[in-house]
Amino acid sequence: MAPAPSKPKVLVAMSGGVDSSVAAALLQQQGYDVTAVTLKLWGGESDTGCCSVSDVDDARRVADHLGVEHHVFNFGDEFQDKVVNPYVEEHQAGRTPNPCVECNRHIKFDKLLRRAEALNFDLVATGHHARLARTVSGELRLKRGVDRDKDQSYVLWMLGQEQLDRLIFPVGNLTKAQVRELARQLGIRTADKPDSQDVCFITKAQGRERFLTPRMPFTAGKVVSVDDQELGQVEAVELVTIGQRKNLGLSGQPEALYAVDVDAGRAVVTVGAKDELLCATQPIAQVDWIAGPVAERLRVQFRAHGKSALGWVRQNDLGLNADGAALDACHSDEDAAQQTSLGWQICWETPQPRIAPGQSVVFYDKSDEIVLGGTIALRNPVVSSSVSPA
Amino acid sequence: MTQNPDCAYLDHAATTPLCPEALEAMQPFFDERFANPSGAHWMARDAMRAVNDARDKIAELFWAEPGEVVFCSGATEADNLAVFGIAGAGQAGGVAKAGQADRLVSTGRAGDADRVGMAASVGGAEIVCSAIEHPGVLAPVERLGGTTVGVDSKGIINLEELSQVIGKKTKLVSVMLVNNETGVIQPLAEIAELLAERAPQAVFHTDAVQAVSWLDVAEHAKSAHMISLTAHKFRGPKGAGALIARRGVDFRPLIFGGGQERERRAGTHNVAAIVGLAAAAEIAVSHRVVNAQRVSLLRDQLSDHLKAVVPNVVETGVVETAAGTDRSHKIAGSCHLCFAGVESEALLFLLEREGVYASAASSCASGAFEPSHVLAAMGISRELAKGSLRLSLGTCTTQAEIDLACRAIPPAVGQLRKAAA
Repeated sequence: MAPAPSKPKVLVAMSGGVDSSVAAALLQQQGYDVTAVTLKLWGGESDTGCCSVSDVDDARRVADHLGVEHHVFNFGDEFQDKVVNPYVEEHQAGRTPNPCVECNRHIKFDKLLRRAEALNFDLVATGHHARLARTVSGELRLKRGVDRDKDQSYVLWMLGQEQLDRLIFPVGNLTKAQVRELARQLGIRTADKPDSQDVCFITKAQGRERFLTPRMPFTAGKVVSVDDQELGQVEAVELVTIGQRKNLGLSGQPEALYAVDVDAGRAVVTVGAKDELLCATQPIAQVDWIAGPVAERLRVQFRAHGKSALGWVRQNDLGLNADGAALDACHSDEDAAQQTSLGWQICWETPQPRIAPGQSVVFYDKSDEIVLGGTIALRNPVVSSSVSPA
Repeated sequence: MTQNPDCAYLDHAATTPLCPEALEAMQPFFDERFANPSGAHWMARDAMRAVNDARDKIAELFWAEPGEVVFCSGATEADNLAVFGIAGAGQAGGVAKAGQADRLVSTGRAGDADRVGMAASVGGAEIVCSAIEHPGVLAPVERLGGTTVGVDSKGIINLEELSQVIGKKTKLVSVMLVNNETGVIQPLAEIAELLAERAPQAVFHTDAVQAVSWLDVAEHAKSAHMISLTAHKFRGPKGAGALIARRGVDFRPLIFGGGQERERRAGTHNVAAIVGLAAAAEIAVSHRVVNAQRVSLLRDQLSDHLKAVVPNVVETGVVETAAGTDRSHKIAGSCHLCFAGVESEALLFLLEREGVYASAASSCASGAFEPSHVLAAMGISRELAKGSLRLSLGTCTTQAEIDLACRAIPPAVGQLRKAAA
């Protein structure tokens, strides 16, 4: 009898939470040769996330329960270099970074993937709520997880074919409730463990400001209105985020004012009324279309949790107006590359809040597939013409 | 010991298997001789006799008086007892004085240079240790705001720097006899001379846990006032250790309660483990010379082979000469190498698959490997230190294990270097 083909070897990244625990269990049921690893990324204070000793213990005990070999990889240096330091630098530049995106880009889906490959694993799995779909031409697309409330495809937008090809997201087809139910059925101890929230290296008690204080200088700045009237002062322009309403040193204003622009270089925060926070178009400098430009209306998500909005992606500086002349069709890859270099913008169906530079923006088509992702690179200062008349 | 022929356990610096003599000696104390030695009846007295026989044995083996042996849970406790005990000496009732308590919580890792400068101006730093100590010493010293003294590129303490740091106010100097990562032996006699000259009032403590199987600890540490030992590093059980504290050395206990160990360490004696400690120590000391000779040959074979077959390897703690590698500053069981361009975590993963169990730097509570403070102190770059591999041989290590390691390590390093290229 010919020997049975060996099972695919998969390295599952276990954070100690319920999703990755169930991911490991599912892969095992599906006949993979499963090995678990927990990444140690952050040695400082943490509420939860993926690095505390208790989370490693949870992951290890779940692996023990499943009969899966468990290891710990310390990627602390890489995490500091690629996630924590840039997080500080981005704030210094007056942007609002998304460290989870950078962690996925550089740690989980680069460093870990390369480590897995060096150790002869065929695949890497995580407990992210996201799905993979294959197109007729055989390419992989990233889709939202079945559970819309828990979908994490937003923080995975940067994954390319080469990475997607070696990834599995076993819980993407399940709702969170199903994941927890499965965990209970399998006797997994993390079945009722609360979801992790927010940035793993920022504690709720300490907050972002206390984290950044010893790591960077803050610049005091003035707060001005859209027509450049000085209204107040802030101690740290670097801590102001677009859309922020509180802690702007404003009092006695007749209406609520929001940060609509942060110019860290000049140390100026511009505030405006709600309708000045809104804009009809949002520039997005560099874009990476997954499979060429898409002219149809897309669902645009610009924060990890919370609402998304509808809009079109159009090239700017080509005389296309916000009311929506059709996007020039791309006839070849060369055309697409050419267009990519010209800069793009989102044309909102209804005006949306300005998006802070540094934030990721992810575009979904009607089938919930990601067709485009990018990072807001530029400020979007208020010019009267960009505000839609009410 | 039964040895699985398919694997090579080369992590004896982490812990060693229990020797049969210790197991046999311990057995009755899990069974018919189970009594609490602190009681008054015959069964209690029987158990106390076993504890005191063990105490006599340890005293004899390490040139101490029985009353100088304080049994405790292991080396971390012994180290803490020495450091905190000396720092808090003379404080009645065991309650830290005002100011002392503040210092305990508020001191962090200040700049060494500042502290050295400050220390010198006021008659020497109070609490001093080498920069390569085990965390059992290093963490208490850091909590007390103590001063660390650097090492040279071979991993040997810088005596010049030590002499600048110590002075009339120095209370404690703690330097390990053998480093747990590199296996490098520290010059305790020279340190003692320096102390006698510049800080005669200071207490000299040494953590000797890595030395017992390989060196004459009694001779090396004869001028130390306090010596930490733990059984499981020399084929005794986990959970038993001792602090030898010379008569007249006043130190404050860490644990208060029933007055055991002459009120220096409260808590019911771990009788079986204490008996195992003494039995294992006796075997380790009496077989030491033969074991060290045999194992050093295996170690040389392992190190020489790996360096010959694998390019870009640095062996730490040695002197390379035209005549060969001088490993005279290292204990027989230690082979410590740094593979350029390799990450030890990945290397250990592959070696485990081949049945080779080893270590890199020291592992933290989570099971992750932390960057080595020892290699950093030796001036080894963080990049090279990331490729460190600690192969620690024990007295029961076999030729077959060394052969397996020699076969497994070169292809594993090759695979990782290829993947990184």
